[in-house]
Amino acid sequence: MAEMITMKERMRREQVAMKEQVPSVRIHNFNEVPLGYSKEEAIYEAQRCLQCKKPSCMRGCPAEIDIPSFIRYIVEEDFGKAYLTILETDALPAVTGRVCPQEEQCQKECVLNKQGKPIAIGRLERFVADWARENDIHGKGSHDGKKELKVAIIGSGPAGLTCAADLIKMGYQVVLFEALHKPGGVLVYGIPEFRLPKAIVEYEVSEIKKLGVEVICNEVIGATKKVEDLKEEFDAIFLANGAGAPRFMNIPGENLNDVYSANEFLTRSNLMKAYLFPEYDTPIKVRKRAATIGAGNVAMDAARTALRLGAEKSYIVYRRSRKEVPARVEEVHHAEEEGIIFHFLTLPVRILGDQKGEVIGMECIKMKLGEPDQSGRRSPIPIDNSNFILEVDMVIDAIGTMANPIIARSAKGVEVNQWGYFKVDEQTKMTTCEGIFAGGDIVRGSATVISAVGDGKIAARSIDTFLSSGKSLRNNIDKNNREK
Amino acid sequence: MYQIVKKTRLYQDMYSMWIEAPEIAKAVQPGQFIILMTREKGERIPLTVADYDRAKGLIQIVFQVVGKTTDELSSFKEGENLYSFIGPLGRKSEISFWGTVVVVGGGTGIACIHPIARNLKEVGNRVISIIGARTRDLIIMEDELKKVSDELIVTTDDGSYGRKGLVTAALKEKLDQNSAIKRVWAIGPPIMMKVITELTKSYPVDTIVSLNTIMVDGTGMCGSCRVTIGGETKFVCTDGPEFDGQLVDWNEFMNRIYRYKKEEEQSWQHFKNIPKGKCKEN
Ligand SMILES: Cc1cc2nc3c(=O)[nH]c(=O)nc-3n(C[C@H](O)[C@H](O)[C@H](O)COP(=O)(O)OP(=O)(O)OC[C@H]3O[C@@H](n4cnc5c(N)ncnc54)[C@H](O)[C@@H]3O)c2cc1C
Ligand SMILES: Cc1cc2nc3c(=O)[nH]c(=O)nc-3n(C[C@H](O)[C@H](O)[C@H](O)COP(=O)(O)OP(=O)(O)OC[C@H]3O[C@@H](n4cnc5c(N)ncnc54)[C@H](O)[C@@H]3O)c2cc1C
Ligand code: SF4
Ligand code: SF4
Ligand code: FES
Repeated sequence: MAEMITMKERMRREQVAMKEQVPSVRIHNFNEVPLGYSKEEAIYEAQRCLQCKKPSCMRGCPAEIDIPSFIRYIVEEDFGKAYLTILETDALPAVTGRVCPQEEQCQKECVLNKQGKPIAIGRLERFVADWARENDIHGKGSHDGKKELKVAIIGSGPAGLTCAADLIKMGYQVVLFEALHKPGGVLVYGIPEFRLPKAIVEYEVSEIKKLGVEVICNEVIGATKKVEDLKEEFDAIFLANGAGAPRFMNIPGENLNDVYSANEFLTRSNLMKAYLFPEYDTPIKVRKRAATIGAGNVAMDAARTALRLGAEKSYIVYRRSRKEVPARVEEVHHAEEEGIIFHFLTLPVRILGDQKGEVIGMECIKMKLGEPDQSGRRSPIPIDNSNFILEVDMVIDAIGTMANPIIARSAKGVEVNQWGYFKVDEQTKMTTCEGIFAGGDIVRGSATVISAVGDGKIAARSIDTFLSSGKSLRNNIDKNNREK
Repeated sequence: MYQIVKKTRLYQDMYSMWIEAPEIAKAVQPGQFIILMTREKGERIPLTVADYDRAKGLIQIVFQVVGKTTDELSSFKEGENLYSFIGPLGRKSEISFWGTVVVVGGGTGIACIHPIARNLKEVGNRVISIIGARTRDLIIMEDELKKVSDELIVTTDDGSYGRKGLVTAALKEKLDQNSAIKRVWAIGPPIMMKVITELTKSYPVDTIVSLNTIMVDGTGMCGSCRVTIGGETKFVCTDGPEFDGQLVDWNEFMNRIYRYKKEEEQSWQHFKNIPKGKCKEN
């Protein structure tokens, strides 16, 4: 067993870096960029944890992971126990360990962050989850519906999956509906393979299925069945359908052939595996010079995907400055290492095309930053006569998403706000229709995996409270007869 | 799951299939479509619902072999299952009482106009159907359409059956003769819909077309299917597939549907090179 180390040694050590594929190699493949900790590295890093009596790190984790405990098990080299500890509250540890913005969550709250050396909690979590998967360690067996009460969950992204896992553990019957042919939401269709291998998502989903959750793919709620129909079959409903409608700039030329929404570009590449065309049937077209508009995580993913699919130049075009870039620092760093070229303070105004509908350039205008607006951000203002043509032959719009109205249209009594997102009670995640709950991106707008996970957990608890008090959406059924 | 219960070859490369999909059969309305995948590595392709049997839980599709996926689909046998089948997608046709209406179908579009014609008839319209193809063998669903139409005109390019000439000529004649016609539905190859829209421009009729853009999800998530309608970007999968033909930016639409031409050919070639019997193993 690894030894305990002295306080002096703890404070001396730096955070253990994670090995990565070198940029010149990785831009030619879709393999994961960070390679993960070895056993020794994980233990070495875990030993730094102070095992705080009042662990502030936990305040930053919506998945409610018992962080010091799982880290202690790593020090003790009991990785299986570490895994089971995480799994108690987080059904997607290999996912959250990879894509959670840890620096804004748990690690921000870690006491060691004051010295600028927070424990690499996410990396440790990833190590544990990967180890368990490779060593065939599983959570507690199946829980299939001890209770007769049934909950429908719509959408199999992180919010839906988390809620399903929590509810099945409480003994409810859970059916998860997914419109696409594969479960996982943005985890499978949006986030690229080189950041989150799809086999890992598939594995964690299959573990959730093993608990007894029934996953029904290929069912578009609102089209195949309406939310109204589900109200007759289920006692409670959780809406977790994400904010999956792409937004466009509404500038001339945006419907030219080689202009993609990031959703289309990434869905073709990730979900449909167009990067393996023609082994997989779905094509994708990448030209020599690609411009991605926007600078969030989605934009970084799109620009880096374009590079891997053969673009010689891949630009990020962003109307504000470097300081305002919303993507994770790590993602920007990775993008820059790979040779992505950033055009800051630049706003596209028109995409130019030829007769065949092919892109031949993008007209942009230079911007400067004005006074801070209500949100505190300095708003960009166009500089007169600064127009120029950026020479590109494909464009990817990554300026954000909005609410897809399919579900809302089919759900009576569930109110949405001015942007089409469901209105919910902050504490319970209940919508304006009693018994119907909502969480994740369809409530928050484009947010994060971990906030979706957090919403799923809160909703599961609220659904339990709702159902335990004898209420149900199926009010015409004899309630006394329900519990077996 | 999504079993093919009946398969019929309508002619050389056009097929009809009845697929088991009870939930979709319950919900489907005329004008809507489904998206299917033959297998896990396949592409998602949209096909209009040609007919449905709610009691038996079946959906009929009619398709023409034009590339890799339709070719592979045509090799599926009765009793075999499709990997994925979702729907009903898109908005239903706007069926109401207009008086006299004309429905025009070309190619597989003939199958698509059948449920529309039937429903138009059911609400009391006088329905004139015009269907056309290159030659006699390619005329499908004539009997079915005859049942739901007050008048049926068949045209063939080569004159081997019905009238010689294009559906547009027959349509023009009808429009000139009959000023009671309020609405025209045109479903078929893009070029046919475009030409009909040009023709009807000078008549006091609304022209409804069904756009077959390239799709991925079919639920409004990707924007692959977008086209400009009356100066605004619309998603065919959620705002359509039927639109006022006069408002469609036909140039843009035609450019966009051929944007993967090279890749589609490559994909089909790749498929043909796979030894038979191997292709369905995912
Ligand atoms: C490219 C990209 C990269 C990202 N990177 C990060 C990152 O690094 N870190 C991070 O924390 N966050 C990241 N995010 C954001 C994060 O992925 C989302 O906030 C999160 O996935 C939201 O989860 P969700 O469960 O609310 O919805 P989603 O993940 O969007 O899942 C919703 C699911 O519902 C399904 N659905 C929709 N409508 C219906 C219907 N009518 N019937 C049935 N099913 C339906 C959808 O098909 C989908 O599968 C990224 C997002 C994208 C697009
Ligand atoms: C709403 C809608 C309804 C349709 N209904 C029918 C129908 O009832 N019967 C029928 O035979 N066809 C129909 N189509 C067209 C059908 O989807 C294409 O024929 C099919 O996708 C071709 O696939 P492929 O791999 O065999 O050929 P490909 O080699 O992929 O393509 C050949 C041709 O099909 C078009 N096409 C390719 N991919 C798509 C795609 N994902 N979506 C739409 N078009 C595509 C291309 O523009 C090309 O001209 C419909 C299309 C739409 C959008
Ligand atoms: S889930 Fe996210 S916030 Fe929670 S411990 Fe893991 S990395 Fe930190
Ligand atoms: S706050 Fe930091 S040092 Fe303290 S228990 Fe949490 S991870 Fe360990
Ligand atoms: S097919 Fe994706 S939005 Fe229409």
